[in-house]
Amino acid sequence: MSDNHEAPNGAPVSARLGIWAFLATELLLFGALFTAYAQFRITHAELFHQEHLKLNRVLGALNTLVLLTSSLTIAIGIAAIRRGLQKLLKVCLSLTLALACGFLFIKYLEWSHDFHMGWFPRTNLFFGLYFMMTGLHGLHVLAGMGVMIWLLYKAQRGSFSAEYNTPVEITGLYWHFVDLVWIYLFPLLYLIG
Amino acid sequence: MAAYKIYFVVWGALLVLTAVTVAVSYLNLGLWNATVALAIASLKAGLVALYFMHLRHEIKLVLGFAIFPFLILGLILVGTLVDAIYRF
Amino acid sequence: MADHPNTSLPEDRGYLSEHGFRSWALTMDHKRIGVMYIWTTLGFFVVAGILALLLRLKLLVPGPALFSDHTYNVLFTMHGAMMIFLFIIPAIPSALGNFFIPLLIGCRDVAFPRLNLFSYWIFVAGIAVTVGTLAAPMDTGWTFYTPYSAQTSAAVTALSFGLFLIGMSSILTGLNFIVTIHTMRAPGMGWYRMPLFIWAMYATSVIQVLSTPVIGITFLLLAAERVFGIGFFDPAKGGDPLLFQHFFWFYSHPVVYVMILPAMGIVSEVVPVFARKPIFGYKAIAYSALAIALIGFLVWGHHMFVSGMSTVAGVIFSFLTFFVAVPTGMKIFNWIATLYKGSITFESPMLYALSFIFLFIIGGLTGLFLGALATDVHVHDTYFLVAHFHYTMMGGTVMGLFAGLHYWFPKMTGRMFNETWAKSAWWLVVSGFNVTFFPMFILGMQGMPRRYAEYPAKYQALNVVATVGSWFLALGVIIMFANFIKSLRNGPLAPDNPWRGLTLEWQTTSPPPEENFHEIPTVTDWPYGYGSRNEAPRE
Repeated sequence: MSDNHEAPNGAPVSARLGIWAFLATELLLFGALFTAYAQFRITHAELFHQEHLKLNRVLGALNTLVLLTSSLTIAIGIAAIRRGLQKLLKVCLSLTLALACGFLFIKYLEWSHDFHMGWFPRTNLFFGLYFMMTGLHGLHVLAGMGVMIWLLYKAQRGSFSAEYNTPVEITGLYWHFVDLVWIYLFPLLYLIG
Repeated sequence: MAAYKIYFVVWGALLVLTAVTVAVSYLNLGLWNATVALAIASLKAGLVALYFMHLRHEIKLVLGFAIFPFLILGLILVGTLVDAIYRF
Repeated sequence: MADHPNTSLPEDRGYLSEHGFRSWALTMDHKRIGVMYIWTTLGFFVVAGILALLLRLKLLVPGPALFSDHTYNVLFTMHGAMMIFLFIIPAIPSALGNFFIPLLIGCRDVAFPRLNLFSYWIFVAGIAVTVGTLAAPMDTGWTFYTPYSAQTSAAVTALSFGLFLIGMSSILTGLNFIVTIHTMRAPGMGWYRMPLFIWAMYATSVIQVLSTPVIGITFLLLAAERVFGIGFFDPAKGGDPLLFQHFFWFYSHPVVYVMILPAMGIVSEVVPVFARKPIFGYKAIAYSALAIALIGFLVWGHHMFVSGMSTVAGVIFSFLTFFVAVPTGMKIFNWIATLYKGSITFESPMLYALSFIFLFIIGGLTGLFLGALATDVHVHDTYFLVAHFHYTMMGGTVMGLFAGLHYWFPKMTGRMFNETWAKSAWWLVVSGFNVTFFPMFILGMQGMPRRYAEYPAKYQALNVVATVGSWFLALGVIIMFANFIKSLRNGPLAPDNPWRGLTLEWQTTSPPPEENFHEIPTVTDWPYGYGSRNEAPRE
């Protein structure tokens, strides 16, 4: 008498519950940072307003587009492998990886500009939060890329099929979550600081 | 191909919303800036969760797993801020 | 209890058949992983216990003695940090939980066996880093409050990283259990046919998954504060030290329920078995575990009453704190009602379970003194708090753990321990415990502050009592462990069901085979129908 209902998705219920529980953990991990952000934005409203204007809104928006597109490509990859289209999966994984690299590259440009201007984590509370939040998010992007390289390797060997694609699907869920965090980070840091 | 199509539609909507939120940020609406930005972000997050993350078709148990943590997140936000607001 | 004269090696050693380092280090068998957790956590219980004995020894005299004040600070920090992070938090969930969740719900393993092994090794890695920090030992107290922890020369950064790893292990274990309980129950086992230990472990796992990440990010922020010089928690840089405390207690309060809920689960298993009566108020006990987990998230601020937190928040947190007492009280009343008119026998697991109930009532009720805003201001940071904390953690969790160890020892090892020695150990543990910690309530009321290496001479008499008590307590624990270790090798062979329990783990062999059950059982009833059916006579 388990909760093993007929799965509308490809992955078994246990895998989906597992990844969603993991995402819950991730949510609370970032949640504490968002809490710190909320408190300091209330207590240091003036500082936050002045400092956020220093960030490059255009590059931030560009990065949002890059990450949203990478979510699209991995979603298509999952839909593809559910139909057994191994080749399309490989294309989508490669595209997602490339977009993730692009995201990190733009981030690198931003950070090196910040450092060049003498804005460091210790500069003030806003930049402390900015570097912590984008840094932690960047680490998640890196981790996701690592997993996707492994997926690509497995896909190359033909491990995934219409019947078995659980790793692709749960990696996809993780990747969308990383996207979700950025969807909030972008306005909070770049637009309304 | 229907699935692919809906993904592209959602993606398009996400891009448009991003453009809108950036555009609004150049206007000075006072408190409304933050409200609009967060509302649009939540709309985008909802689209990603429902379509890309398949929550639209999920069973109730998984939906519960997805929603319940937000309650706990709410607790830490509210508890910490109640203190901060009355202390400063 | 069975007095089997046969002590020779049985032919079938079940899951213990394989030998060698690799058969343990690379195992994905939840039982072996559970056993590894038991050895690891009990090892740290011994180490941290020795530290506690040293601290008590020093407190025999009011003035300087034995070691310097700084060493005293280091020792109590290590005692607290080890007991909390390396012993109490993983002791029941990771150790007994790993071993018994699949057995109690009737499946062959946890949902993600590989992840389970990974959790164990990440735990060991965290321990290695943590122990490595002894090069520059911590003197911050186990709470690592800023700004001191951000400035001290002790190895806070490395320790943060070690504890981050240990937290990750805790999260992954909790995640594994949640999914296992949802998806792997034996056919016929609906939610209301689950043993209450499973309900308790479910609630525990929810807390682990949702609160541990907050301490993880807190440690990351603390490390960043030290490495990059950010000022989140430093008022000199515009930060807020209370934010650290909010984050710290958002984890560390719920986590006391990670410590106590599994112990409550064990008591709920043991009491009906030895009272030969169906558990009273099954649903109330089950749901109160979830209620405790949920309310536990609402009350963290009661650790911060005198920290300078706003009065408004203090009043709210104090008010909410009282709600925790409601589900806790429900559990206690239900256990007592289970005992009422039962055919109670006092074997060692039952003795520890009853000690749990008795001591936890004291620990819980004194918690209300501390949860009340006004009284807390008086007794805060005195030995009253030390006594309360040890009555809940040692008198509660550890008694529950001991009950579980005795109760399940035959199942885990296939051997019986010596009941006479177990009973003598129990006498020493319980009386020694009370002699050690009860005087601290009085000392605290008289105003003796905690965490100081020296104290005014007028407090000496009760401190001597406490120190002497700690020796009895230690002697009891030594006898208990010696009894276990001796029985591992040459205790009489255990029957499959020595206590005539009805939960599923007793339906398989002792020790269980690697696949747990030769045939997965089908569940047709709840597991607490004691006394209501034709029971096998006592052997």
